[in-house]
Amino acid sequence: MSATNQTTAAVEVSPVGQATPVPAEAAFTGPRRRSGAWLTQLLGNRKAAFGGLILLAFAAVAIFAPALAPYDPTEFVGRPHRPPSSEFRLGTTGSGQDMLSQLIYGTRISLGAGVIVGVATTVIGALVGLAAGYFRGRVDDFLSLLTNVMLIIPGLPLLVVLAAFLPAGFWTTVMVLIVAGWAWPARVLRSQTLSLREKDFVSSALVSGEGSWRIMLREILPNMMSIVAAGMFGAIIYAIGAQAALEFLGLGNPSAISWGTILYWAGNNAGLLVGAWWTFVPAGLCIALVAFAFALVNYAIDEITNPRLRSQRETNLALRRHRRQLGVSRATPVLRSAGQHRAAGD
Amino acid sequence: MATPSSRLRESEHNYPAEPLLRVRDLHVHYLTPRGPVRAVDGVSFDISRGEVLGLAGESGCGKSTVAQALLRILQPPAVITGGEVHFGDRDILEMSDDELARFRWKDVSMVFQSAMNALNPVITVGEQIEDVIIAHGAMGKLEARQRAADLLDIVGIERNRLDAYPHQLSGGMRQRAVIAIALALNPPLMIMDEPTTALDVVVQKEIMSQIDELKRQLGFSILFITHDLSLLVEISTRIAIMYAGQIVELASARDIFERPLHPYTQGLMSSFPSLTGQTEALTGIPGAPPNLLQPPSGCRFHPRCQHCKPIFTKIVPPLVEVERDHWVACHLYTDVGVRA
Amino acid sequence: MNFILRRLGFYLVAAWASLTLNFFLPRFMPGDPATALFARMQGRIQAEQIQTMREAYGVSDDPLWQQYGAYLVNIFRGDFGVSISYFPTAVFDVVRSGFVWTIVLVGVSLVLSVLIGNILGVMGAWKRNGFVDSVLPPLLMFVGSFPFFFLASVALFFLSFEWGWFPLRHAYTDGLAPAWSWEFIRSVLYHLVLPAATSIVVAIGGWMLGMRNTMISTLAEDYVTMAEAKGLSQRRVMFNYAARNALLPNLTAFGMALGFVISGNLLVEIVFAYPGLGYQLLTAVNNLDYPLMQGLFLMITFAVLAANLVVDLLYVRLDPRVRAG
Repeated sequence: MSATNQTTAAVEVSPVGQATPVPAEAAFTGPRRRSGAWLTQLLGNRKAAFGGLILLAFAAVAIFAPALAPYDPTEFVGRPHRPPSSEFRLGTTGSGQDMLSQLIYGTRISLGAGVIVGVATTVIGALVGLAAGYFRGRVDDFLSLLTNVMLIIPGLPLLVVLAAFLPAGFWTTVMVLIVAGWAWPARVLRSQTLSLREKDFVSSALVSGEGSWRIMLREILPNMMSIVAAGMFGAIIYAIGAQAALEFLGLGNPSAISWGTILYWAGNNAGLLVGAWWTFVPAGLCIALVAFAFALVNYAIDEITNPRLRSQRETNLALRRHRRQLGVSRATPVLRSAGQHRAAGD
Repeated sequence: MATPSSRLRESEHNYPAEPLLRVRDLHVHYLTPRGPVRAVDGVSFDISRGEVLGLAGESGCGKSTVAQALLRILQPPAVITGGEVHFGDRDILEMSDDELARFRWKDVSMVFQSAMNALNPVITVGEQIEDVIIAHGAMGKLEARQRAADLLDIVGIERNRLDAYPHQLSGGMRQRAVIAIALALNPPLMIMDEPTTALDVVVQKEIMSQIDELKRQLGFSILFITHDLSLLVEISTRIAIMYAGQIVELASARDIFERPLHPYTQGLMSSFPSLTGQTEALTGIPGAPPNLLQPPSGCRFHPRCQHCKPIFTKIVPPLVEVERDHWVACHLYTDVGVRA
Repeated sequence: MNFILRRLGFYLVAAWASLTLNFFLPRFMPGDPATALFARMQGRIQAEQIQTMREAYGVSDDPLWQQYGAYLVNIFRGDFGVSISYFPTAVFDVVRSGFVWTIVLVGVSLVLSVLIGNILGVMGAWKRNGFVDSVLPPLLMFVGSFPFFFLASVALFFLSFEWGWFPLRHAYTDGLAPAWSWEFIRSVLYHLVLPAATSIVVAIGGWMLGMRNTMISTLAEDYVTMAEAKGLSQRRVMFNYAARNALLPNLTAFGMALGFVISGNLLVEIVFAYPGLGYQLLTAVNNLDYPLMQGLFLMITFAVLAANLVVDLLYVRLDPRVRAG
């Protein structure tokens, strides 16, 4: 990774921890339908590539789990709390299952739930945000109120109450996470829609008599795809973390195998207090790694689509050569050498 | 490059005293990955005591960059890459942070373009005057408050608005408040960077006559920066015209208005309606200012100039004194041009 | 004033929404709510507990709106029902005892993480390319990717269990009676270090980045340039001009992030067996104590709303522009 900042220009963090980069509006001054350019650039970005590689690896693990796992993850194959060895690469759980196999199979549920929730919350959020920002007035008042109420209610207690009253299971968790998670994308996309609504291409579409939903989906949405994508990755991070939290609390399906339930059983079987670090460290690392990978991709998106961040990066790049002379003073630097350099090169 | 500065030095005796500010061959670059943008490229001028020097040019010609470079408040990627800026016997470009902190505002203050943006929205106007007085150790808290009230008085704001926040003032009042802050330490030189651009015409007139009045009373010098030449008619002693990071013409206000020599200045003159009431055709200047990442070779104005000859695209015209106190950087007045 | 009234109205709507959700959730469960709940709690609760539950979840013949009205009145009087796991203690009293500890933990970790994070953010933006700005953001973002409870577990394992530097559980040494004595306070602080530190470490990156980013745009404002031109001290420019303004948008974000921070702290409490609301939430989940769960949900929501109101008041104090509008 380069020496430049890996940070977003305007990160907002939602109540449930979804961090979404919010590019400055100036990103959208270009002509319409140039919206795909950022995707091509994304492929060439090192951070995005690194994050994408991690994610591809996890996806492959999820898909080929049966081929990769040395044991049946539910089978009791050894004595409980065995440390890592050549037989059990990551040791055994508190009840004697193979940790590595559990981790591999757990990828399926954890990633699966994350992606489903991420996509669903983004779709709902986009529809709500588009409608609120496009129709404005009463529609916006109502949808914004709904969104803000959902946002201010603290996430975890809400998730707990929702999950507790429903039969435990994969789809319950997914549904509950969607109910609690759609508001953040809605808020972000609403404000984007509001500003795109003022652009010329929307006005001309309006004048030419296109229908409202057509304008929203064909004119406005494609122009904020980078934010939609960033929002979705943020939502996936949220979903994986929140799902793990719910399962850790015992509100998941304890017999399903996921990273969250691994942590739940590690806690329940006091894996921690008998020194069996291998029962909880790998699963936590996996969660963190996936979250970090998505976050990296998000930084990259922001770096590409946010003009302020891009110019800052370019400044740093141009100044790197003179870094030592610049010092820490905030007065305009006097770099006579930089001028002479150019003069010689002219 | 050395020509204009050495020639300028010769003419110093034309002014009653040692100039207050002496800028020589100032270079400011914006460093970008694609190379430096030469925003200010070898600018030289003097400002004497009590003088008003107008600095005019299209937006993007580097005039504001000059202003901010003088106080060294430009932030990277802008860096000063050469030249000297003497205030009295000190070179601003050689000052340490502490020296700069003492120099700023005490010796040279500045009126920013948009008062709305130049005032801190969360601090009262009074406090924004007081803090600069206190920071420079001029007075204690109580005295500073007294002085702040007096300053508001001077610029025509009621004293009791001391505790008003910027958003509670009208546009014109805000600009007056900014002027009051600039006056706080009674500096010998004030830089005014488009001080009236954001205002409507009536308020603009009021502010301009206020500035004129204050100058008469307090006798400070002004570097007045604007894209609107008509503002300079009454107030300025001399006018410098900037194009693409360089001064292309420098003369008394009267000469600039009556006998502009540089084709660019002539173009600027015809870009606004004559104040004397004569109706002239507004011709303007065709084309757009050049990209300073790769400025045109030779005379920078050549792509837009109707008098351009092939040789002008190769040789840089020096700023020379073609008439008494009338400086022009144009081949039409050099040997190169004569031969062509 | 208008601003505060508008916000107050919004919080009332939010409070009403959570109350209503709370009321209808058990009643709209798939199938017959009471039966389903009792089936799940089979063998775990006694007859009188079942009776309380029946009343709480409206297995009565009154029309729904009458039950709803009675429910709102009860809540208004502080009657959140009776806890199953702490039977027959009222939910309100159970929650009240945990509240203190959560306030202590959330208060300390929030104040410290916000303070440190914001100061780091201010410094990072101020000194371009300095250590703070080039090393910390990616590092803190990586740390921030870990789930709260996971980092807490790791800290507990190494710092308490393996190396014995910190206590393993609870908020103060067993057998010590709560009192305003030095011994007790020291014990409380000692038990607080690890839970607070983990939640600070996870949260700090978000605060820092938020502040840094708004600082960078604030530093480009004319009023900061003018403050520098005025020759003011670096401290004054940095804090009174730049940070003071950069703080405002972050304050709004702060109110919103509060719910997230509290959620994270609840999980940290569970790991450290810290006797706050989070630990009670776990107890409630484990014992299928629905009234307690719902009471916790409501109380935490109300606390977040109240905290947001405080933030709004602070905002009004810091931004003269909203005072007028």
